[in-house]
Amino acid sequence: MRKTGAEILWEILTREGVDVVFGYPGGANMPIYDGMLSYPVHHVLTRHEQGAAHMADGYARASGKVGVVMSTSGPGATNLVTGIATAMMDSSPILAITGQVHAHLIGGDAFQETDVTGITLPITKHNYLITSANEIAEVVREALYIARSGRPGPVLIDICKNAQIEQVEYEYPENITLPGYKPPAHAPVADLERAAELIVQAERPVILAGHGVVMSAAVGELAEFALRTDTPITHTLLGLGNFPSTHPLSLGMMGMHGSAESNLAIQNADLILAFGMRFDDRVTGNLRNYAPRARKIHVEIDPSEIHKNIEVDVPLIGDLKTVLTELLPMVPELSHDAWREQIEEWRSESNERDILAWPDDGKLYVAHVLHDLWEATVGDAIVTTDVGQHQMWTAQYYQMDKPNRLITSGGAGTMGFGLPSAIGAWFANKDKEIWTVVGDGGFQMTQAELTTAIQEGANIKIALMNNNFLGMVRQWQEFFFDKRYSAVELKNPDFVKIAEAHGLNARRVIEPRDVPSAIEFARSTPGPVLIEFRVEKEDSVFPMVPTGADLDQMIRRPKRRAKVHQ
Amino acid sequence: MQHTLIALVENKPGVLNRVASLFRRRNFNIESLNVGQTEQPEISRMTIVMDGQDLDARKVEVNLYKLVNVIDVQDVTNQPAVTRDLALIKVKATPEQRAEVANLASIFRARIVDVASDSVIVEITGTEDKIESLLELLRPQGVLEMVRTGQVAMMRGNASGVRYAPGANGNNKNGHEKDEEVEIFTD
Repeated sequence: MRKTGAEILWEILTREGVDVVFGYPGGANMPIYDGMLSYPVHHVLTRHEQGAAHMADGYARASGKVGVVMSTSGPGATNLVTGIATAMMDSSPILAITGQVHAHLIGGDAFQETDVTGITLPITKHNYLITSANEIAEVVREALYIARSGRPGPVLIDICKNAQIEQVEYEYPENITLPGYKPPAHAPVADLERAAELIVQAERPVILAGHGVVMSAAVGELAEFALRTDTPITHTLLGLGNFPSTHPLSLGMMGMHGSAESNLAIQNADLILAFGMRFDDRVTGNLRNYAPRARKIHVEIDPSEIHKNIEVDVPLIGDLKTVLTELLPMVPELSHDAWREQIEEWRSESNERDILAWPDDGKLYVAHVLHDLWEATVGDAIVTTDVGQHQMWTAQYYQMDKPNRLITSGGAGTMGFGLPSAIGAWFANKDKEIWTVVGDGGFQMTQAELTTAIQEGANIKIALMNNNFLGMVRQWQEFFFDKRYSAVELKNPDFVKIAEAHGLNARRVIEPRDVPSAIEFARSTPGPVLIEFRVEKEDSVFPMVPTGADLDQMIRRPKRRAKVHQ
Repeated sequence: MQHTLIALVENKPGVLNRVASLFRRRNFNIESLNVGQTEQPEISRMTIVMDGQDLDARKVEVNLYKLVNVIDVQDVTNQPAVTRDLALIKVKATPEQRAEVANLASIFRARIVDVASDSVIVEITGTEDKIESLLELLRPQGVLEMVRTGQVAMMRGNASGVRYAPGANGNNKNGHEKDEEVEIFTD
């Protein structure tokens, strides 16, 4: 059967289950957009390509499927770069399909020609340049497989315009061979036995559970392992929800703004079990004095993460679910009562000092909002965030009990991620409640996507924390630059009017007592709603491990009129 | 210390760029990189020489596996391997000096492959040490120009080099009885 390159692209995408794509048309991808009209695909027209990339990312994280984003050549493609880099850092499976100028024009600086495969080489798991329609079927199949398998990540296909137009004989490629791509599954038996030995010997073990737990669908295995071995769990930011945060074995988040009990447990442990995490600098603090008394077992599917930041005693290279399934029968039931008691002591001291103790002085704190939001949604909403203080507070106060609930830019720290990723997440879960928690800084970076939310009728709720500051930078300037504020004050627009002008329902909250009713208003009003919370301007996130300090050298909340909120 | 690694990669456009970009991105310091054909037309072979410890060589190995087009990596340093480098050295040589240069070349089993009125080109193949030794002896004559291919290496007999992260590319059964067939997928 003869088909155009564009038709072949849609044949493969729809056959592989793609039914929604996010994108923006332009000169070099018009044949793709024309071909799309004959296929059962919903296209979401965004207001900026970066928004489209974040939507595909949010969709991928909420659904576990590959998110597809499209743009034209040149500036269309370069506008995707931040979104692709964000997906790369957080191992999110997205497929970016960009138009490219005619093959015979490549290298000649044609109109809207940019070396997109060159630009995205270091920020994609793999990328392709297609110059002929014959290549499309196999490459698209390969790309989807590479994006979602092994350690997932973004894949980009740059398709020359002539390849989109050409007609060629089409047959579905049943088998594809990738001789150099074989994601590891099983860890060596000898290493599993060694790991089991260390686990049995340990008196003060702690599990560091990362994003890999969710991506490997090993949530059940993690719980079984933790309960059988009586081992406390601390989470990376992207690992929140891979084990119930409200369970006594969960210590909350680790790292720079992690809970004190998490960081103290890591520094005092005699065994670290790192499951699908990569010892990022935001979770380790000073590497030279990280978990100094612990032997370390690292289960990881990407062998390049082993010994990268932290040298470990037993690396287990493989798929986490497979490795845990094979490790579980090797370990007996264990208990660590003394260790658990010690951790509970740290926890109760920390509860009084840090996270659950925000000043009770009648002012509106972000903590109030997130605590009330958590209660109102029974902790079951999908929550996306931007990057900064509100993101860390979300991690601290919105207790995640289930996986795939927190969608946030962890590794890249991309401001502007919250709103578009929430829209993407809605397409994956139209029956779930979806909130995005954003700050006044990041929100304005991708604010244009409010229109996309209206155009698509996306039922998302926006909690905008407005403190008229770039809060996290302000906090650093307060702590580390003698409170010399430099370029952090924001003169903001009237966000309620902005939202209303786009067609959203919106409200403003100034008093703590109005928080629950505003949340209820958002929840009971169909369609997108924005609530602006005028929060305390100079609040800080506690505890905090300063950059380069040891993990247990935390800046704690000053003892003011603090009150424990349970 | 110097490490020599052999990488088999798919013979496709842009693969050399991917490997070079990886070295730059991860801040690996590479002394030489040689790329060429193999007995299989769809596979190219790279010989990578780098300075560093075993852990550094391991980092190069596992990062290379992140590239979809890299099929196999092994470290042949201190293994039973044949390693060779080829150099062309243009030496200043008046007709009177030619005999001396020819004499040195023959001691090293090098050949004179071009003679001009005031210079000759010496071709030498061998280990890096051998080439360095000849070069030192030729320097007093006046070395005008030199080009080297960089090292190539091949294991002797059936031996294979060191793989620091066994199973890193999913090729290894790792002691398990069953292993999933992943080369061809039909999901």
